[in-house]
Amino acid sequence: MSKVKTVMQKNSQLIIPLIALLAIVLFNVIRCVVIGNFSFFEIRLTENTNILSGNVINILKDASELAILAMGMTLVTSASRGQDISVGASAAIAGSVFVKILLANPANWGVIIIAILASCVVAMICGAFNGILVSIFKIQPMIATLILYTVGRSIAYWINGGATPTIAKDHPVLYLGGFFPGNPIPTPIFIVIICAIIFVLVLKFTNLGLYTQAVGINEKAAHLNGINPIKMKLLTFIILGVCVALAGVIRVSRLALINHETILLGVEMDAILAVAIGGNSLGGGKFKLSGSIIGAYVIEALTNTLYAMKVASTDVKAYKAIVIILIVVMGSPVVKKHTSRLWSKLFKKKEIPATAGASSSKGGM
Amino acid sequence: MSKNNTVSGRKGREPITDTKLLLTITICVFFGMYVLAMLIWGGGFLKPQQFINLFNDNAYLIILSCGLTIVMISGGIDISVGGVTALVTMCCVVFLNSSGGSILGSLCIALGIGLAFGLVQGFLVAYLDVQPFIVTLAGMFFARGMTTIVNKEPATVTMEAFKALKDMRIEISWLGAQSKGGWIPARIELGAIIALVVVLAVFVILRWTRLGRNIYAVGGNNQSALMLGINVKRTKFYAHLFCGLLAGIAGYTFLLHIGAANPAGDANMAEMKAIASSIIGGTLLTGGVGNIIGTLFGTLTLETIRNIVVTSGLKEPWWQSITYGAMLCFFILLQSVVLARRGKGGLALPKWLNFGKKKSDDSAT
Repeated sequence: MSKVKTVMQKNSQLIIPLIALLAIVLFNVIRCVVIGNFSFFEIRLTENTNILSGNVINILKDASELAILAMGMTLVTSASRGQDISVGASAAIAGSVFVKILLANPANWGVIIIAILASCVVAMICGAFNGILVSIFKIQPMIATLILYTVGRSIAYWINGGATPTIAKDHPVLYLGGFFPGNPIPTPIFIVIICAIIFVLVLKFTNLGLYTQAVGINEKAAHLNGINPIKMKLLTFIILGVCVALAGVIRVSRLALINHETILLGVEMDAILAVAIGGNSLGGGKFKLSGSIIGAYVIEALTNTLYAMKVASTDVKAYKAIVIILIVVMGSPVVKKHTSRLWSKLFKKKEIPATAGASSSKGGM
Repeated sequence: MSKNNTVSGRKGREPITDTKLLLTITICVFFGMYVLAMLIWGGGFLKPQQFINLFNDNAYLIILSCGLTIVMISGGIDISVGGVTALVTMCCVVFLNSSGGSILGSLCIALGIGLAFGLVQGFLVAYLDVQPFIVTLAGMFFARGMTTIVNKEPATVTMEAFKALKDMRIEISWLGAQSKGGWIPARIELGAIIALVVVLAVFVILRWTRLGRNIYAVGGNNQSALMLGINVKRTKFYAHLFCGLLAGIAGYTFLLHIGAANPAGDANMAEMKAIASSIIGGTLLTGGVGNIIGTLFGTLTLETIRNIVVTSGLKEPWWQSITYGAMLCFFILLQSVVLARRGKGGLALPKWLNFGKKKSDDSAT
């Protein structure tokens, strides 16, 4: 019993994103029952091409870039108490470099790997630029990244030479955004899983997570304890840079072209939202990586549900906003206090130990 | 600013406050740039009309920046203003083109939408304690989505009375210029007048009313403001309400300037431009420091850069935003260095930047 309680307490941050995800699934089930058609949850194996398709697969696939960015954004948020709003623009730069190298060389895997590494380096430089402004010059992250946000897409435009280059249809790099031959599961899903495993291993076996949180909670105290806050902040921004490059590469290889204006447009807002929905404070400090990843899938599931309801793609934002407000209000400290008070009142009538649980959930959340 | 005054009074060492210093720098840079442009390119820059056009074309941006400055001084952020502007413009166009359209009604719609956004966002931020970034992000999504729900296509006002209002100009003949068609008097649009009135009103409110002083106090230090007996929640609420109202006015001014609405038009990115204007004008995102006159000059500076880039023959479209970014970078670094020299940014400066500075060295390091 106590073990269950500690697990609950440890993961109480995940309650909000999980409830949100569950609510969306439930909503879809009800919708399917009402219209009497369960095709939303169907997963088909297409006959001739032998690939999986269906809405659930689409959600998993489409959320890949967002999930990768959300992981990096969580670290940045935790350490620097602010968010990077330049990820979309940086991804455009990284993607442009990636495409430029691909098109200038013969199509083989060696070139692709070099191109990925090059785009990683470029995105890391972008990250380091932001990181230096934030850590050394002590500028608020949102303001510091505003510079790259304004400039990034223009630099991508300049790299592309004012065009939108396309990748040939038979180029092997398209496997990264689509399917490897003979493999029915979309490749981006694997990339996300690999990323998540690397992140979890790094957080488990190094001090990265602990130090990041320490810097985020109290920079001065962390400094007095021998942690270098400047180094930690810079490091988180550079890690986000790698995530940005990966997201850019996935998106480019999925669309087979780079359009500096539209690639990953507005993804920074979604990534920040994923972090917030994941129950992480945008004011820095403690974080839960799994929360952010679930948050990314919540956003994508929501978008996909709206598309399935025949909402026009330009109108989706309005409905998304309403759901965001609902989730955020649900997670706001004032509402939480009132609900936990209500909770304890309701349970006091039946049994006494329930109050302890209620108060602990209040503290934990 | 009250905080700074007391600080300078006690030390007796700082004859000029942070706000004033940053403001002076912005104004100097603006006039320096303008005079330089006059000397190098002459032509258009020598005509008074060019200067007046800065106000005519950017009236809405000036108003938006004013609203944003208020919120930023109070320690928050509002990124929904651009979306609200777009929504107001679209709603007004649709209303004016309908059979029952009237100018008074459209004005009410504009103010109503702005107030509604300010009300909801202010309530969520102040009383439910939700992070302002997320709330206004949702606000932006909602406004942008609603704009396309109201009308997907770009629309132009066809109503005659409004067209007459839109074409109304105040002509000043002695400021005119000789051109091929004869003597053309300088023309001031209605929007420019509205913008100047708003700037003046906000200046008075921030400087001489209790609410204005409260906003500075709350932004400077939340806790001490609370202990001084200021109603922190209500002050934050009013700051957001003001910002929403000004966004509504800005939307109407924008409509007065171009007389059309476009879901993917100029009002896009307006929030980032407004934030950039406020920063260049010397407002700090941390709150408590800022000046509305600085914001006005910030907007003018940004637009003058645009004019200079266009005149100087850098035809490629990417130059404009690259110069924007460089300018922003310069001002942000400048702020950081200025504040650090005063021992407030916590930035350890290299020796050569610390010239003539004795006391705040110690506190900075």
